[in-house]
Amino acid sequence: MPSSAPPVAISTVELTKRYGEFTALDRLDLSVPRGRIFGLLGPNGAGKSTTIKILTTLLDASSGSATVAGFDVAADPVEVRRRIGYVPQLLSADGALTATENLVLSARLHGLHGRIRVARVSEALAFAGLEAVANKLVRTFSGGMVRRLEVAQATLHRPEVLFLDEPTLGLDPVARKTVWERLRQLRETEGMTILITTHDMEEADVLCDELAILHQGRLAVLGAPEALKAEIGPDATLADVFVRFSGAVLDHGGSYREVRESRDTVRRLG
Amino acid sequence: MSPFLEFFREAAAVADAEVRKLRRDPTELLSRAVQPVLWLAVFGQVFSQVRGIPTGDLRYLDFMAPGILAQSILFSAIFYGIAIIWERDLGIVHKLLVTPAHRSALVFGKAIAAGLRGLVQAAVVYLVAILLQVHIRWEPLPVLTVAAGVFVGSCIFSTFSLFIACIVKTRERFMGIGQVLTMPLFFASSALYPVQLMPGWLQALAAVNPLTYLVGALRGSMIVGGTSVHALGTSFGIMLLVFALLLALASKLYPGLAR
Ligand SMILES: Nc1ncnc2c1ncn2[C@@H]1O[C@H](COP(=O)(O)OP(=O)(O)OP(=O)(O)O)[C@@H](O)[C@H]1O
Ligand SMILES: [Mg+2]
Repeated sequence: MPSSAPPVAISTVELTKRYGEFTALDRLDLSVPRGRIFGLLGPNGAGKSTTIKILTTLLDASSGSATVAGFDVAADPVEVRRRIGYVPQLLSADGALTATENLVLSARLHGLHGRIRVARVSEALAFAGLEAVANKLVRTFSGGMVRRLEVAQATLHRPEVLFLDEPTLGLDPVARKTVWERLRQLRETEGMTILITTHDMEEADVLCDELAILHQGRLAVLGAPEALKAEIGPDATLADVFVRFSGAVLDHGGSYREVRESRDTVRRLG
Repeated sequence: MSPFLEFFREAAAVADAEVRKLRRDPTELLSRAVQPVLWLAVFGQVFSQVRGIPTGDLRYLDFMAPGILAQSILFSAIFYGIAIIWERDLGIVHKLLVTPAHRSALVFGKAIAAGLRGLVQAAVVYLVAILLQVHIRWEPLPVLTVAAGVFVGSCIFSTFSLFIACIVKTRERFMGIGQVLTMPLFFASSALYPVQLMPGWLQALAAVNPLTYLVGALRGSMIVGGTSVHALGTSFGIMLLVFALLLALASKLYPGLAR
């Protein structure tokens, strides 16, 4: 029922997450209109995954509130789950199952049965371009194939909002562009709202309509890529914006490393 | 759709995926069968010879066979926690948890898969028992009772294992705790010796040990002349109660794996 859905797909009010003394997310206020591709940037440990986990109901906030697709994540988690898709930071399709089996499992857990399920699963395989390997074990797939499968898997039930945590991490340039195309396609055809996190400045620049840069759990800046660049100077790149607002320095590749301290990346999955 | 039907469909989806994985990896299933073979073939044979443990009219090997079946159920079900931690590290748990499926259905589905796996394992133990000429009862009712016991027992110990995994969350800690928990469960049960032979404190432990009730149910049904300390209804009643309790606890903790 996209027409009756509220115009704001994601909103957070003073959203805060503390781990003991440590504040991972500090009074975040965000509002993402429907149909946007929204990018969440920030150095390692800035709180991007934490934000996504709260919005996908995996994690409880310490204080503040968030609504997704019109429902409060704390009060109505099941209603939120019916309306969202999620692609985690690490490749996490089940390698011991085939592509079809992964899709069927998700479909069944979303209450899709019978002919609808069969149709959706074959659509998803086509969408992911994996028809030829539909019955191969996922552990034999390349990273790009797994990511395409995961995007298809997360959108089987036609969610209103799709969350992707670093969807193109570790993908080659071609695989990366394929994922972008899939995401744009979902936005065009389904009017899906998409929130991604990324360390990839090009991805943020060309894919996202709007960006938020987090730094140490706080919202450092918010705006369209063009507007953010214009604010810094006439020839500024997004990398310049990033450096300015996050206190990080960039490597030549367009990714960056933290200046202050090296973060505990073992925790990446949390 | 009724929530009840939804629950079973979701659990069936999880169980189906699990069983597919198990079918692809029969070596794992078979390697878990090695242990009961050794217990029966070596320990059982030797103790039958020396008659060190008084088991009434029963040969010790016959007495022990249901205990070893129960043990093999316990030992393989307890590995479920490792698999769950593995799935957590891979982010598979997170993916299941963002679906609207009932959390209890996700846990129940795993338990069903463990139950089915237990049945395959029981078939292997039966095979070994036949080879060693254990006096097995083949009437339909006793065989079905054993199957039911094996199924429920597997559900109990796999869910227990999942529950522990939700608490400890890392493989290293789980390995440590798994050992610490399974051995006492095994020895404080009637798997290897009649409860009456135990010192009082151990008997008290055995009385609250679900494995004792599983062994009782199996011993009363699997072998010719076997008797159970508890009535069959009592054994199954207690086992189902324990399972319901563990299911409730594990379902409460399972979402915490994503944190
Ligand atoms: N379970 C936890 N216990 C304690 N601290 C945690 C936990 N999970 C995350 N953190 C901390 O919270 C902070 C934010 O983590 P988060 O994973 O959200 O960062 P991120 O922006 O996604 O980083 P990355 O770019 O590395 O993925 C980090 O400093 C991290 O160490
Ligand atoms: Mg992250």
